[in-house]
Amino acid sequence: MAKMNLLQAVNNALDLAMANDKRVVCFGEDIGKFGGVFRATSNLQDKYGRARCFNTPLTEQGIAGFAIGMAAQGHVPVAEMQFADYIFPAFDQIVNEAAKFRYRSGNQFNVAGLTIRTPYGGGIAGGLYHSQSPEAYFTQTPGLKVVVPSTPYQAKGLLLAAIRDPNPVIFFEPKRLYRAAVGEVPEDDFELPLGVAEVVKEGSDITLLAWGAQMEHLQAAAGMAEAEGISCEVIDLRTLLPWDVETVAKSVKKTGRLLITHEAPITGGFAGEIAATIQDHCFLYLESPIARVCGLDTPFPLVHEKEYMPDQYKIFEAIKNSIHY
Amino acid sequence: MSDKITHELRLMSGFEMPISTLSLLKADGSLHKGAKAPKLSKETALRIYDTMLFIRVLDERMVGAQRQGRLSFYMTCTGEEAAVIGSAAAFEDKDMIMGQYREHGALRYRGFTTQQFMHQMLSNSKDLGKGRQMPIHYGSNELNYMTISSPLATQIPQAAGYAYAQKLEGNNACTLVYFGEGAASEGDFHAGMNMAAVLKCPTVFFCRNNGYAISTPSEEQYAGDGIAARGVGYGMKTIRVDGNDVLAVYAACVEARKIAVENHEPVLVEAMSYRLGAHSTSDDPSGYRSREEEDKWRAVDPVLRMKNWMIAKKWWTEAEEKTAMENYRKEVLDTLKATEKVPAPALGELITDVYDKPDANLENQLASLREHIAKYPEKYPKTAASVNGEEH
Repeated sequence: MAKMNLLQAVNNALDLAMANDKRVVCFGEDIGKFGGVFRATSNLQDKYGRARCFNTPLTEQGIAGFAIGMAAQGHVPVAEMQFADYIFPAFDQIVNEAAKFRYRSGNQFNVAGLTIRTPYGGGIAGGLYHSQSPEAYFTQTPGLKVVVPSTPYQAKGLLLAAIRDPNPVIFFEPKRLYRAAVGEVPEDDFELPLGVAEVVKEGSDITLLAWGAQMEHLQAAAGMAEAEGISCEVIDLRTLLPWDVETVAKSVKKTGRLLITHEAPITGGFAGEIAATIQDHCFLYLESPIARVCGLDTPFPLVHEKEYMPDQYKIFEAIKNSIHY
Repeated sequence: MSDKITHELRLMSGFEMPISTLSLLKADGSLHKGAKAPKLSKETALRIYDTMLFIRVLDERMVGAQRQGRLSFYMTCTGEEAAVIGSAAAFEDKDMIMGQYREHGALRYRGFTTQQFMHQMLSNSKDLGKGRQMPIHYGSNELNYMTISSPLATQIPQAAGYAYAQKLEGNNACTLVYFGEGAASEGDFHAGMNMAAVLKCPTVFFCRNNGYAISTPSEEQYAGDGIAARGVGYGMKTIRVDGNDVLAVYAACVEARKIAVENHEPVLVEAMSYRLGAHSTSDDPSGYRSREEEDKWRAVDPVLRMKNWMIAKKWWTEAEEKTAMENYRKEVLDTLKATEKVPAPALGELITDVYDKPDANLENQLASLREHIAKYPEKYPKTAASVNGEEH
């Protein structure tokens, strides 16, 4: 075990993936010599050469298309989108191409090796265009996997699994936690399974569900609720597509209550999908309406960032409302 | 970048570097004065020409079949056979071909059978694509021909990436990517061209400038000196050819492939041609262009031009032509008729290949669908029988 922050864990996973498989290639804007604007790819060019770790021109659609082509040939591209806010020019390539590559060819061709990494989320004074959480745009696309780690340990284990998964994966990295989250991470190669949620803490009164950076607020709120005698079961979803319905439903059948929180705007957000599925599975077990604590239906504001964020106090209030419904 | 400095304020026009069009063969099949024919064996020439004849027959018969309601949709290659087949012939089987959709001539040249064409167009259980895509969206892993996708230009940056991976693998292969002058307006064109040039990818970009994007003429598509000028702008070796001149197309592509594979750099080829047919069976060109304009291009028909050249070389005769056309007409119609009896893919194929394997969620959705179809079999005639007889 070693102490790493989330960025170091990502860097360590990329390093191991490149060392163990020469087909793994990393590219994106500024990721070469500079090591990326957040330094997630530090030292990789020095170690593996310019052919396998390189800067691209500034074109997200080009990066995605290029990565799809490499993956179709049998390589294992790990492409970086500098900010998830800038992934939209690549939307067509990801949604119409990567996601449908295997299906439309009758399994003659695939982009099994493709992984797209991108930092997402607010809390860094990034305003409209360095703060968004666009995961729900991708969760409605069959063929993709959508993964969001919340700790350095998860970042390494899930990224290694994403790179080796035989399907295209969008890997959203919580940039607010890049340096803020520090934890013990095995130095050896290991993988965490995709599509499997983690029960972080068991409890009996309410199930609290989140992923990525929002786990920090969720756990703080759970602490506040516990102090008032409310027993919280905390679940980290880890993978949004495909998501672990079984673990969440099992927990809700036990607690009778569910709260879901994400930073993205509430309308059309992934919490709505979870709520619909869980009421279908657990209707007769529910003691109160499924609560959603999410971003407002506004663009991500700079000056009102704190007010916009579904923070621990908003979550704490929602827990109490659910319990006292 | 050039480091030339001037002290005179003067703006360049967009046409100051006019790009010439390579033309070797005249309409009558003889060579232009001073033109040098590329090395093209009789065997390869016959294979190109035979493919042209097949594609003419296939296009003519399948448009007819679409009009009779026997398939939902079709697109012809008519008028662009020399551009498509002449270019494909200059590449090796190990080279990847990424098409736009009007390049079935290249696929046929690689060896796609009449039967395989029919299975795809009729979306049946033997279609390599499992009946999932509209007619003409062919693909063949075996023949290194990437499955066609409808969104325009998406294959262009993919071709840069594919070729980069080929370069890393070091097997002296390259990628040939086709697109139209209309698709060259998409962002993906610029992204792919620039990346290929900067990252030194062995990609041959082949633009079929056929004058029209559905109904939009090329004058309403771009203002500069065609698509070729952009290749120069991206710092790429570039050539413009007469796309109805099979020798010019072939010669340019042999050179382009050599540069791509030996120097590890991309090349742009712009082939000037004309889409003699409609965009697809869903439109009628008489609404947006004149008969006179079409006739002008019919007079420089690429297939006829190659035939004249072949006859002059004594590699081909009218009698052989007649027999070949009759045989292909029969083969296409007989195969179409027989293929109409092949059943649709089983319902279970609805959920395969979304991922490497279907997850529990997809299995559950399929199980619910089966139950529903079993309740209303007459409403789902294509799959009702398979639901009753099929294993879960």
